[in-house]
Amino acid sequence: MIRVRFSALAFAAAALVLASASAALAQSDAEQPNPPRQSWSFSGMFGIYDKAQLQRGFQVYKEVCSTCHALSIPFRTLADPDGPGFSEDQIKTLAATYQITNAEPNEKGEIFKRPGTPADDIPRPEAYPNDQAAAATLGKAPPNMALLAKALKFERGFPWFIVDGLPGFEYQEMGADYIHAILTGYTKPDDLQWNLYYPGHKIAMPQPITNGAVEYKDGTPPTLENYSKDVAAFLSWAAEPNLPERKRIGLRVLIFLLVFAALLYFVKKRIWESAH
Amino acid sequence: MSGPSAYVPKSAIGRWFESRLPLGGLVHSSFIAYPVPRNLNYMWTFGAILSFMLVAQIVTGVVLAMHFIPSSTQAFASIDNIMRNVNYGWLIRYLHTNGASLFFLACYIHMFRGLYYGSFKPPRELLWIIGVIIYLLMMATAFFGYVLPWGGMSFAGATVITNLTSAIPIVGNTIAHWLWGGFAVGGPTLTRFFALHYLLPFIIVGFVGLHVWALHVSGQNNPDGIAVKDPQRDTVAFTPYATIKDVFGLSVFLILYCWLVFYIPNYLLDADNSVPANPLATPAHVVPEWYLLPFYAMLRAIPSKFWGVVILLSAIVVLAFIPWLDRSPVKSAKYRPTYRFFFWVFVVIGIGLGYLGSQEPTEGLAMIARILTFGYFAFFLIIMPILSFTEKTKPIPTSIADAVLTRTKTAVAAAE
Repeated sequence: MIRVRFSALAFAAAALVLASASAALAQSDAEQPNPPRQSWSFSGMFGIYDKAQLQRGFQVYKEVCSTCHALSIPFRTLADPDGPGFSEDQIKTLAATYQITNAEPNEKGEIFKRPGTPADDIPRPEAYPNDQAAAATLGKAPPNMALLAKALKFERGFPWFIVDGLPGFEYQEMGADYIHAILTGYTKPDDLQWNLYYPGHKIAMPQPITNGAVEYKDGTPPTLENYSKDVAAFLSWAAEPNLPERKRIGLRVLIFLLVFAALLYFVKKRIWESAH
Repeated sequence: MSGPSAYVPKSAIGRWFESRLPLGGLVHSSFIAYPVPRNLNYMWTFGAILSFMLVAQIVTGVVLAMHFIPSSTQAFASIDNIMRNVNYGWLIRYLHTNGASLFFLACYIHMFRGLYYGSFKPPRELLWIIGVIIYLLMMATAFFGYVLPWGGMSFAGATVITNLTSAIPIVGNTIAHWLWGGFAVGGPTLTRFFALHYLLPFIIVGFVGLHVWALHVSGQNNPDGIAVKDPQRDTVAFTPYATIKDVFGLSVFLILYCWLVFYIPNYLLDADNSVPANPLATPAHVVPEWYLLPFYAMLRAIPSKFWGVVILLSAIVVLAFIPWLDRSPVKSAKYRPTYRFFFWVFVVIGIGLGYLGSQEPTEGLAMIARILTFGYFAFFLIIMPILSFTEKTKPIPTSIADAVLTRTKTAVAAAE
């Protein structure tokens, strides 16, 4: 009894220390709002990607983002049935529209360009063959988007950082929320490099996309909100293409382990019966 | 306290082998007939869990090493290749990175259990010290491993930690250059850290062998902290009793591990490690992995670099001296109410330091960190020695069997 009380007391004290410390921190961060949480088809234990959304997101990437941002993933992965699920033919046609610098020289020793194949990585933006060239023109090199959704996280503070790991409350979509928030965070029309959600509010990327900039073929309204969500979903897939397979295997693994642990518990009880 | 070693293999081949190399007898006496106190609780399953995690880390690590390229220009891309293109590479890699966290979680529970039940007291001082060495080796291995993906935080972490050596007077800078293999963290640093990251786990295996050996000489401590008097009454055979309990404990632990790997694999990973290392762009907020945060908080709490490093090292070294700091004849905190209170205060201090280590340093938080650092050391250097002689302990049961049987009797009485 006493032991329980002591530990309860100790943990209450710990919670108090954490709460007061994070309250002190929250004050200093007040002017920097966290990206608002969106609903995503790929959140939660059973969430998977929405194929149509990823295809729209890829369209936004291709028509807007790819002007400055590289996305170093192979064309063939765009055919991933767990991902955008384009057909093989679509991928072949798409890849062939790009000119790729061959890795090896030809018989004459010349480096040459050729049409892309599904096995190639999507090439960098033509205007910026490397980060230095991009930085020289744009002021700062735009990040490669292949892992962007995993490279963006924000502090949630106590007690949320604990809740975010619990079954049913898990929060793994911070990157998607962050991307969506940045794209919708240009709230000062007179300053195109002011962003509500960017640390310090001064962002090197001027507002990249506005209502109507991309024409969707599936009838989805061409709004900034939809562009932001679709491209954030697409980039989440690009950063974590194995998410659906991971969750499928994980479900089987967890069910197995729960049953296995329950059986072991009863075996253990049976064995120890004689020892008490 | 070795078990009855009257092991005779059933088959003729077994007997032929056994008379030349008594391997079966060793396994039989260590893991089958070995007597364990019958009052052990689930806190005692973490030894088996840690052994499993060590093997799991080595197996997944060896597979990753087959695909990883330890070069500053290709390391990041090779990890991305593992995640995207290697068959089940994502699974192996998530098992390995999250496995490190789970390894430390189990290790901390194991250590706090030892602190709570006085497992470091005679005759188990060496057992405890070997454990502290394993803990140190684990921290080094985890640090080297964290550098390998060559992400932004890898690079920053490597810079912060290796720079600590420059706090050593006179030869500090020379040592730092020698560690780096150059004048800053770079390609040579990565390659040698990879070599060490591959080497150290096997040294840990060696020390774990010593740890288990020493354990099997002195026997396990137990929640009542009293020695085995009558093996017949006080102990049960390792197999099936401890084996089934360990396997059950492990299966529950695996549920947590798999939850992390399959559903929240990026929960504990730093976002800055999804950005390639760039010496010109340090992450805004440099933090180590959670299991090193309390020590990081201590380091930052001290304004002087030299004394910060001294405090950091002392915080770990002091653990090795606990057997001589706590001289109370009663082992278990169950019968030491005052020690028990301070034990939980110490747990809170540890968690508090961990939290402070994860936050942006401000003057106010640094002050709290200083107070908690003082509390950390005070637990070992002031509370332990004083309580050794002044604490009024509660009466301990006469034997393990009595402790178990009274508890059962009380439970039965309560049920009636």
